[in-house]
Amino acid sequence: MTDSTPKIKMTNLHKAFGPKVVLNGLDLEVGVGESVVIIGGSGTGKSVTLKSILGLLHPDSGEIEVDGESVVNINQRKRDKVNRKFGMLFQGGALFDSLPVWENVAFGLLAEKRCTRLEGKKIALQKLAQVGMPPEVGDLSPSELSGGMQKRVGLARAIAGDPEIIFFDEPTTGLDPIMADVINDLIVKCVREVGATALSITHDMASARKIADRIAMLYEGKIIWQGPASEIDNSGNPYVDQFINGHADGPIAMAVRA
Amino acid sequence: MNFLQTIGRTFLKFLATCGRLTIFAAVAVSHCVRPPFYPRIVLRQIIEIGFYSLPVIGLTTLFTGMVLVLQTYTGVSRFSAEGAVANVVVLAITRELAPVLAGLMIAGRVGASMAAEIGTMRVTEQIDALTTLSTNPMKYLVAPRILAGVIVLPPLVLIGDIIGVFGGYLVATYKLDFNPAGYIKSTYDFMQFMDVVSGLAKAAVFGFLITLMGCYHGYNSKGGAQGVGAATTNAVVSASILILCFNYILTELFFAGK
Ligand SMILES: Nc1ncnc2c1ncn2[C@@H]1O[C@H](COP(=O)(O)OP(=O)(O)OP(=O)(O)O)[C@@H](O)[C@H]1O
Ligand SMILES: [Mg+2]
Repeated sequence: MTDSTPKIKMTNLHKAFGPKVVLNGLDLEVGVGESVVIIGGSGTGKSVTLKSILGLLHPDSGEIEVDGESVVNINQRKRDKVNRKFGMLFQGGALFDSLPVWENVAFGLLAEKRCTRLEGKKIALQKLAQVGMPPEVGDLSPSELSGGMQKRVGLARAIAGDPEIIFFDEPTTGLDPIMADVINDLIVKCVREVGATALSITHDMASARKIADRIAMLYEGKIIWQGPASEIDNSGNPYVDQFINGHADGPIAMAVRA
Repeated sequence: MNFLQTIGRTFLKFLATCGRLTIFAAVAVSHCVRPPFYPRIVLRQIIEIGFYSLPVIGLTTLFTGMVLVLQTYTGVSRFSAEGAVANVVVLAITRELAPVLAGLMIAGRVGASMAAEIGTMRVTEQIDALTTLSTNPMKYLVAPRILAGVIVLPPLVLIGDIIGVFGGYLVATYKLDFNPAGYIKSTYDFMQFMDVVSGLAKAAVFGFLITLMGCYHGYNSKGGAQGVGAATTNAVVSASILILCFNYILTELFFAGK
């Protein structure tokens, strides 16, 4: 870790829904321009972690800092300002189905009045091209797209405003292997060339190895292991080994009863 | 003991809901008067609520006016006061029937679709996505709808007034052999400015209630398709009951002591 303040710093984060404890003392730092990938089983709270940073969910206790400033319990005005730094790809796409695809992509730019509608459309088509979508798609409605196409439009929307920090919630799920690799390259490009900070969630280990500088594993509400992506195979952590090799047997007992 | 507990719990829950609703309404209204405004969305909603409701309103008030003349005629002819038919009909339509029936019909048509649309946006995380794209969902989704409802209901009800009176005129002249000119003249002579204005004021309040209920239930829906379905039902039922209840309160306010 560098000695400058981390871009995002979460300390001792707790979050429960009723009796169900999801985050139980999570600590994680993401440095400036770093790409961190969170891995972990389904339902372990990865999406909840991202939503807490965005202020969509309120942690029960703990601290979240963005650029050294606390973003827990801040007022609406400050929240709006902080959120301008973020771009988010939602796990389910979350495209606005009342708007055509191009307006989805340009939505943030238009909302912040950073361009006219005409310029917005041009930028949107350019971003769509980056995620491998032809310009005709721009005028379609999101409901006319396949799941993988919606994912890519969501990705285009997340990066359209050139945010400082981008969250990718399962960017490659539902894509064919070739397109998944195109998206991986795109994420790497955003981080390396544009200098954005990325925090991603994935189950796809190939993708994780490619886009991550650092990988962190979430289990039972805590980060149980983190380290450079190159060390993931020699973590010496049985949980991580089980997860990356996808074995049903191991310390992580799945709650299934046959 | 258990019985009392249930009553107490239900009552507390009711108070909590009232509080939440009041806060929601206050926030929504405050967004109606503070920039940025979304005139395009307001316009679209005005067309959606107003224009597309015209057939429903026209048919409802037409048949109501027609049946009203028949029944009133039966009633007043027992006192040989046939001359009062036009008077009673215009009073009943402008003061009560047009605003209340239009309100109920629109609650079914518009309140339901609003709750379904916003509810779907909630469960598919589109509302979360709005927040991450520098857009306040209360301002972008709720305020324009409420504004459109308040603007568009009075003219709709005015049209309903005219069609309702016209329906009465048709039955009176063609079926009951009233003198056409005489019927129109007595309608016009007996009609008071306050009758129409009070009906239009009621309409504006109903427009507020319908859109508020649609937005509130949609905005707070959770749990997938089933949650959206429940939100839709709740929006229609609560809007209808509030319309009837406020109708009485407003009538007291306008005409107390007259
Ligand atoms: N709004 C909510 N209300 C209640 N429970 C919730 C809510 N959001 C998430 N949860 C619960 O929190 C847990 C973690 O959810 P989360 O979406 O973070 O999982 P995840 O790690 O992203 O899983 P996946 O890999 O399947 O996306 C789940 O058990 C879920 O049931
Ligand atoms: Mg998730």
